[in-house]
Amino acid sequence: MGQALKKEGVHEIVSVADLNLWYGSHQALRSISLSAMTGEVLALIGPSGCGKSSFLRTLNRMNDLIPIVRVEGRVIVMGQDIYHDGVELAELRRRVGLVFQRSNPFPKSIYDNIAYGPRIHGERRRSELDGIVEQSLRRADLWEEVKDRLSASALGLSGGQQQRLCIARALAVRPTILLMDEPASALDPRSTAKIEELIGMLRGEYTIVIVTHNMQQAARVSDRTAFFCDGSLIETGVTSELFTNPRNAQTQDYITGRFG
Amino acid sequence: MRSTINIAKAMVGPVERDTPPRKMSRRSVGEIIFFVAATVSFLLCMGTLVVMVVDLVQTSAGRLTWQFLSGVSSRLADRAGVLPAIAGTVWVTSIAMVISLPIGIGAAVYLEEFCRRSALSRVLEIAIANLAGVPAIIFGMVGLHLFVRWCGFGRSVLSGGLTMALVVLPLIILVSREAIRSVPRDVREGSLALGASTMQTVWHQVLPAALPGLLTGAILGVCRIIGEAAPLLALGAVTYLTKTPSGLDSPFTTLPIQVFNWISRPQVAFHHNAAGAIVVLLMVLFVLNGAAIVIRARGQRRG
Repeated sequence: MGQALKKEGVHEIVSVADLNLWYGSHQALRSISLSAMTGEVLALIGPSGCGKSSFLRTLNRMNDLIPIVRVEGRVIVMGQDIYHDGVELAELRRRVGLVFQRSNPFPKSIYDNIAYGPRIHGERRRSELDGIVEQSLRRADLWEEVKDRLSASALGLSGGQQQRLCIARALAVRPTILLMDEPASALDPRSTAKIEELIGMLRGEYTIVIVTHNMQQAARVSDRTAFFCDGSLIETGVTSELFTNPRNAQTQDYITGRFG
Repeated sequence: MRSTINIAKAMVGPVERDTPPRKMSRRSVGEIIFFVAATVSFLLCMGTLVVMVVDLVQTSAGRLTWQFLSGVSSRLADRAGVLPAIAGTVWVTSIAMVISLPIGIGAAVYLEEFCRRSALSRVLEIAIANLAGVPAIIFGMVGLHLFVRWCGFGRSVLSGGLTMALVVLPLIILVSREAIRSVPRDVREGSLALGASTMQTVWHQVLPAALPGLLTGAILGVCRIIGEAAPLLALGAVTYLTKTPSGLDSPFTTLPIQVFNWISRPQVAFHHNAAGAIVVLLMVLFVLNGAAIVIRARGQRRG
């Protein structure tokens, strides 16, 4: 794994070819081929149930948690086929972080939420952990708000703060890719703006794949956009072009609000 | 009594609100009958409890002295005490919990986290639910055969503790599973998404989050053990002891067995002793149940 992961200079950091995914007998993804470039923000849009979240969760193999899922196809992440035998899931998920739709802080202190990831990956030194906690919270733009109450419960934070805490928690294990599954859909407009601002700050440093059903959000934060419908990838392109000049009629209908 | 009145008020409230002010509808008559039936049932339960406690306290009056609590068995009722029974209860309960808690929680973790929703899990679930319903005397006979005879532990406090561990194991597994299941899926996914293994997730996230429920299960288990006499009778616990157990191989008695023994004697004075021992037993159970409620309430507030 280590050997393959070092090839981060490659242009396509995520490369998916002919991906099919079934939940039992229901096919949720049909022959998806899609790539993400190093350092870009890739938005996945589409109506509910179109498979965009399922796609996102194949990238760090979180779909494995559902026993009836079956995956076929090639998913290359950082130069390695992650559905190949012998992949270390712990290392994969460390390199490919995931932020959930509903913020899910652990019922622990703010500090322990951030330090949990580094700890399970073997970091024990207090000074090192202190540094990681501060740095991660700063990157998630939360440090100033919580620096005086790091030992307070994370459940006492507001919804928007909790979501930024979850982003900080994902950053604490030094990922290369950040997956975001509708990270702002449960937040008020101000907190949403804050998250979008944060994505802008992280762009370039991390490769971000974000699922959203909010098309304005996709237009604001992403470099490229992929439109999913009924488990198929309909169209993908540079965000500004896809929104102003879609090639496919279905995409046109969706972004102009005719369905979905 | 005040609480009874409050509950009655709370129950009357909605009836008044729902009833149209002018005429009595059929629905309101039904509701009044239901309300009266429920209240009578409730008062019957409470009444039984009150009568029992009052009777016990009256019967045991004068027996609940320091000498009774610190005394050992005697042929004279007014010299006999419950110290060996209290010590035996503590010994048996401790041994049973030390064994059944880790095994029970471990089994619950296995069932919830590792073999969820498989056919095997369903079969095991039914088996455990059935075990929880098996009469305790059966466990006593298993204990007699397995621990007393086959393992050669004799009629010792160790055999008693091991047998009681069998008795509470199904209960602890059921309650622990419930506690583990109540931990949100989000927490597990959040941990796994950071690269934690299932074991790390269970150890660092699920079990701490389930702790109030696990503790409640443990206390319910303790209460069950403290009140149980049948398995130890089958095991052959002795009832005439002049000293407390000094080691795992010591003979022992427990409070319920002491009560059983004293009640079966012809002399009335011993019956008073039995009432005293029951009051001691009830007080221990009351304190432990109270602790369980406090722990659960605290857990709910935090979650």
